[in-house]
Amino acid sequence: MHRTGALFGQFKTLEQQKDTASLGMWIFLVTEVMFFGGIMLAYTINRHAYFTAFAMGSNAISLKLGTINTVVLLASSFTMAMSVWASQSGKQKLIPLFLTLTLILGCIFLGVKYIEYAQKFHHHLVPGRNFQMSYCVDNPGKCDDLTPEELEVERAEIAKARAADPDLNAHAQLYFSAYFGMTGLHALHMIIGAGLLVWLLHGSLKGMFTPEWNTPVDIIGLYWHFVDIVWIYLFPLLYLIDRHK
Amino acid sequence: MAEKEHTEHIVQPGTYVVIITTLLILTGLTVYAATIDLERFNIVVALLIATLKATLVVLIFMHAKYSPRRTQMVILAAVFWLVILLFMTMSDYVSRIDYRGFRSPMTHIVDTSALRRA
Repeated sequence: MHRTGALFGQFKTLEQQKDTASLGMWIFLVTEVMFFGGIMLAYTINRHAYFTAFAMGSNAISLKLGTINTVVLLASSFTMAMSVWASQSGKQKLIPLFLTLTLILGCIFLGVKYIEYAQKFHHHLVPGRNFQMSYCVDNPGKCDDLTPEELEVERAEIAKARAADPDLNAHAQLYFSAYFGMTGLHALHMIIGAGLLVWLLHGSLKGMFTPEWNTPVDIIGLYWHFVDIVWIYLFPLLYLIDRHK
Repeated sequence: MAEKEHTEHIVQPGTYVVIITTLLILTGLTVYAATIDLERFNIVVALLIATLKATLVVLIFMHAKYSPRRTQMVILAAVFWLVILLFMTMSDYVSRIDYRGFRSPMTHIVDTSALRRA
């Protein structure tokens, strides 16, 4: 395959080359939409059936950490968009800068996710043998990150939820299965994205990306923004159920 | 060259700043809206705001607004198939009558605790 400057032999113009690459990336993203769509459908059906348990589960996860992560991820999308701008307009020095910022924000997101997951394990809210929706209420000494007032609210909430749904413990596990499944798959996409960013960073430091050819920055940017969109939906679906108390 | 000139649209940083600011304001708005009791409309408001945010990301951050028609069509096709997936499956679930005579098994909480082993 011969190549003339930045133009590969099978294309006529740089524009056609660029459009072809981004169309291919979009078709991959469509398969991702259907992939996450199926999971969200399963979530919707269970939420519809066991709303009490889903609301109880949603109130047991940290809204503060979820909101922080939403802001962090939106900011990382912004810096990613800026690195695409830098490569399109030939600002060679700015490309690694914005890519590094994106990578740092991505790592902060994953760090906060780790704190959240650790908290769930600590509170016995991981589906399986040891799952117990009322673990913190039953063992007040074991959950020292919750104040006595918070525990009292939770005790009342669980009693109320049990009255509406006698099998709260089983149904709340459906919520936490959805929580770990959806955020886990999202985090996996983030880890893959972080790996791709490291590769882009390496390329940008060697001056690989120019206004004529910046396809990798462009399409990995599309991937990164897609992962951001998934989170835009996961945040209200998982964190914001029945928050008005 | 016979082909039309290279006419890439480069979105400027100012536009990105406006979009990220809007996205952050909408995030604040959705958290605030969740604290108000709108009964069954809480989820509607939350999903409307999420869709508005996703649209901004797709149009500006992902450059869909400046993409060729064929790319835009692929994006719309994705939304269309997603709607088929969600809408047709949910319309089946909410309209089903099960063997116990319940109009929809999904609207009844069934105590399954007795079925599980001690």
